[in-house]
Amino acid sequence: MNKKSGLFITGIVIGLIAVALVALGNPKNMGFCIACFIRDTAGAIGLHRAEPVQYIRPEIIGLVLGSFIMAMAGKEFMPRGGSAPFTRFVLGAGVMIAALVFLGCPLRMLLRIAGGDVNAIVGLVGFICGIAVGVVFLNKGYSLKRTYKLVSSEGYALPVIQVVLFILLLAAPAFIFFSESGPGSMHAPIIAALIAGLVVGALAQKSRICMVGGIRDVIMFKDWTLVMGFVGILVACAVGNIVLGNFHVGIKGQPVAHIDGLWNFLSMVGVGIGSVMLGGCPLRQLILASEGNTDSAITVAGYLVGAAISHNFKLASAATAIAEDGTISGGPTAGGKIAVIIVIVVCVIIAVANMPRSEKDSVSPEGAAVGVQGV
Amino acid sequence: MKTIDARGLSCPQPVLMTKKAADTGLDEIVVLVDNPTAKGNVSRFAANAGYEVFDVENDGEYTLTLKK
Repeated sequence: MNKKSGLFITGIVIGLIAVALVALGNPKNMGFCIACFIRDTAGAIGLHRAEPVQYIRPEIIGLVLGSFIMAMAGKEFMPRGGSAPFTRFVLGAGVMIAALVFLGCPLRMLLRIAGGDVNAIVGLVGFICGIAVGVVFLNKGYSLKRTYKLVSSEGYALPVIQVVLFILLLAAPAFIFFSESGPGSMHAPIIAALIAGLVVGALAQKSRICMVGGIRDVIMFKDWTLVMGFVGILVACAVGNIVLGNFHVGIKGQPVAHIDGLWNFLSMVGVGIGSVMLGGCPLRQLILASEGNTDSAITVAGYLVGAAISHNFKLASAATAIAEDGTISGGPTAGGKIAVIIVIVVCVIIAVANMPRSEKDSVSPEGAAVGVQGV
Repeated sequence: MKTIDARGLSCPQPVLMTKKAADTGLDEIVVLVDNPTAKGNVSRFAANAGYEVFDVENDGEYTLTLKK
């Protein structure tokens, strides 16, 4: 099987799993969403107190463990890090804040499009624009520099934390918060969600599927390989939604979405730029973190804190609701709009700060890493 | 011949560095990478750019020799 077919089939399986998870209880058009599920987990462990979005999502636990097991089996588990970790933390938090203004990560953006949500198409346009800006940075030499080998325990930390979270989910002690209403209260059975996560994690590790990388490679190298996963998800999820009667084309009345076009666009511009600068979408960062990449693990910690900031400071959007008298409520908050602008500005500042100002600053192609590898 | 040390760099940088070297018209480029993703991406780019790719693995590091 060639790489394109492998990615397309991976996309098909992920798309079908997302449809199945909705049928089993997850919110509509949210069968699998990295941003939403990390946000729910942040709420469950009390990092924010937004009552409708608190639940330890087994999908994330499964995703990390599935990828970890696959990486171990394939001898691809390699603890490494040291490539501008705190910058990555900040970018991770920024990507999450912007994603929660849109109401979803790039994966959920696809699932929303596959459910007929036109607002997500606006988001996709913004996402592509953001990636294009990120590509300009890369072509100008933007780099967070090299990673280095680390001790094994660094790589094991994230998978171990997932096991602890799973125990907390099953034990449900009083200090863990679980939503009684809202999206956090809607979930597939634990075992089904865990298995779904394990399968997606294993497939994503093997195929290297990435929502950002696909579009980035098309723009940079005219390489359509990675984007095939993107297409597979879209096709499978759309077909699944049509079969199950969950496909409704429109702007208003879409599940867990708002109708403010400008902020759907700009928030995904922020997600696109930030994700290119990080080297991958939130899904890909979780997979890399599971392979022992601590830079990605720190990025995931950034997502977690970003989610907490979003809800503690009311930056996350509320889904649009239309009352019987036609009154529209919800949408992006004033704080959320300001936050998206700040995220984009911070991305630009970080990009400029990490571009070579002289030959000396650029990543030397002739062997700067020799001698420091293995530290 | 040119040697590119892309060890420790995450994609797309190894591919970008290879592309810059390939764009100068070199017939032989050696690329050092240290993760399977970079190895796969550089190899795919090189094959699409008309290079034959020979790879040698040593303790998790890969030496990719690209020849036209």
